[in-house]
Amino acid sequence: MIEIRNLVKHYGDVKAVEDVSFSVKNGEILGFLGPNGAGKTTTLKVITGYLSPTSGNVFVDDLNVLDDSMEIRRMIGYLPEMNPLYHDMQVYDFLEFVARAREIDKNHFRSRLNDVIELCGLKGVVHKNINELSKGYCQRTGLAQAIIHDPKILILDEPTSGLDPNQIAEIRRLIRNLGKEKTVIISSHILQEMQATADRMIIINKGEIVANGTVDELMSDFKGKTRLTLELKNATEESVRKVQSFQDSILLTQYEVKGDSVTAVLEYPNEVDPREEIFRYAVKNKWTILEMSRHKTSLEEVFRTLTIEGGNNAK
Amino acid sequence: MRNNYMILFRKEVSSFFNSPVAYITLLVFLLINAWFAMSTFFLINESDLRVLFSVVPIVYLFFVPAITMSLIAKEKNTGTMEFITTLPFSDGDIIVAKFLAALTLVGAALAFTLVHFFTLLMIGNNIDIGALLSGYLGLLLVGAAYTAIGTFGSTITDNQITAFLISFMIIFILFILDKILIFVPGFLGSIFQFLSIDYHLNNISRGVIDSRNLVYFGSLIAFFLLASVRILEMRKWR
Repeated sequence: MIEIRNLVKHYGDVKAVEDVSFSVKNGEILGFLGPNGAGKTTTLKVITGYLSPTSGNVFVDDLNVLDDSMEIRRMIGYLPEMNPLYHDMQVYDFLEFVARAREIDKNHFRSRLNDVIELCGLKGVVHKNINELSKGYCQRTGLAQAIIHDPKILILDEPTSGLDPNQIAEIRRLIRNLGKEKTVIISSHILQEMQATADRMIIINKGEIVANGTVDELMSDFKGKTRLTLELKNATEESVRKVQSFQDSILLTQYEVKGDSVTAVLEYPNEVDPREEIFRYAVKNKWTILEMSRHKTSLEEVFRTLTIEGGNNAK
Repeated sequence: MRNNYMILFRKEVSSFFNSPVAYITLLVFLLINAWFAMSTFFLINESDLRVLFSVVPIVYLFFVPAITMSLIAKEKNTGTMEFITTLPFSDGDIIVAKFLAALTLVGAALAFTLVHFFTLLMIGNNIDIGALLSGYLGLLLVGAAYTAIGTFGSTITDNQITAFLISFMIIFILFILDKILIFVPGFLGSIFQFLSIDYHLNNISRGVIDSRNLVYFGSLIAFFLLASVRILEMRKWR
């Protein structure tokens, strides 16, 4: 079990992570989601012992990263962001180096090597130099490196970035398989990826957790709701903001486009339909409706609402 | 009990010899030394290697930073630093192993100059072997001190050229200290002299192996390696 308690990390004046707490159960695949620069990578770097927290602590079982970093590192397999590899090494030599560093003895190494080659599909490139590999194979090598010691915990930072859709599907399947027996934290800014692999998701924005739950839980917070996007001519941001609600709908966000028109996003339960009233209201205020479109909430929508700048993060 | 140093050391040494740069630097080192040492060897007509012993520290000035510049800076630059520091290695393991690997290369380069030593053995007479051996010991110690400084230079930046220049400058200052003694007031003079590499090297080259000189080199190496470890650790607290 991994537990992050009140983690704060500042880089000088930049507040990368602000008081983040969550825990990951054994055998769980946790999707760590957020836009670029939200603090995902920083959090992972603290767990793996690359950075020390400004305050707060990370616990793995009874150990914590401040005092027992070495023990924790032994339990973790880590694929850093950008997947750094030694490009002047052969895949074999590289994996052998990692195996030695991971205290795998010589006899065991053979069988582990065969396992990860099989698992990561590295057959045929084992004796190639890493700088000759395609991006997909580099990623597999990075993954092989992370699992060669059969770690209890697997931390993958953006494992599918830069891969083509086929490779993404393959890596995803691999992670699913690994997740059957391991605790996995996988970070991403791509939502679909998480939806397909993670048991639970944590969405982080500007260094703070904005949502935490299973896919279903996150959806149910928004389920049964409809979104309405309006584009209004002759309206101003001010006047739209005054319209806090039509019937049971809530104004989520509004912003000015090109000076003379305003886009507003409303949300309301499926049972009601305030569109007619909105129309009348607009007419009364001499607003011209350029667009009025309805859409059911998707997970994508949840993510955007929670992380978009300027959104009134209600939830 | 596994040996962290050995694992890292092997990786470093093999990555040195995987790249042509190491061979080229080695060759240049040997050619320059051979040229200076041997072009006057027969003119002087004395059975010693004084010229070689005075040239090597100067060639080291360029050679050692060229060897050490990539040690840490390259790993920082390519991001593999994050990979290696999240393996179960301490920052101290990494610095010491890298230092030893670079020192091995420097030592290997020095070992090749033994060619001159054996030439002398064959054709010279009245050879003071003790002085020659202590001369080599001195060169090895200087090489080790330079390598420690080079490791430090490579730790404070992620740019190899910058690492080279910083290491070069620190070494150069320590090298030149006892050549500028006439410009400094007396009380500073003895301090400068004690800090300068040449002063201690000359003592050893003369065949006098004094503990003071050994302590000097030992503490120089320890100081720069410790400083490197501290700087590497600083990434955690930026």
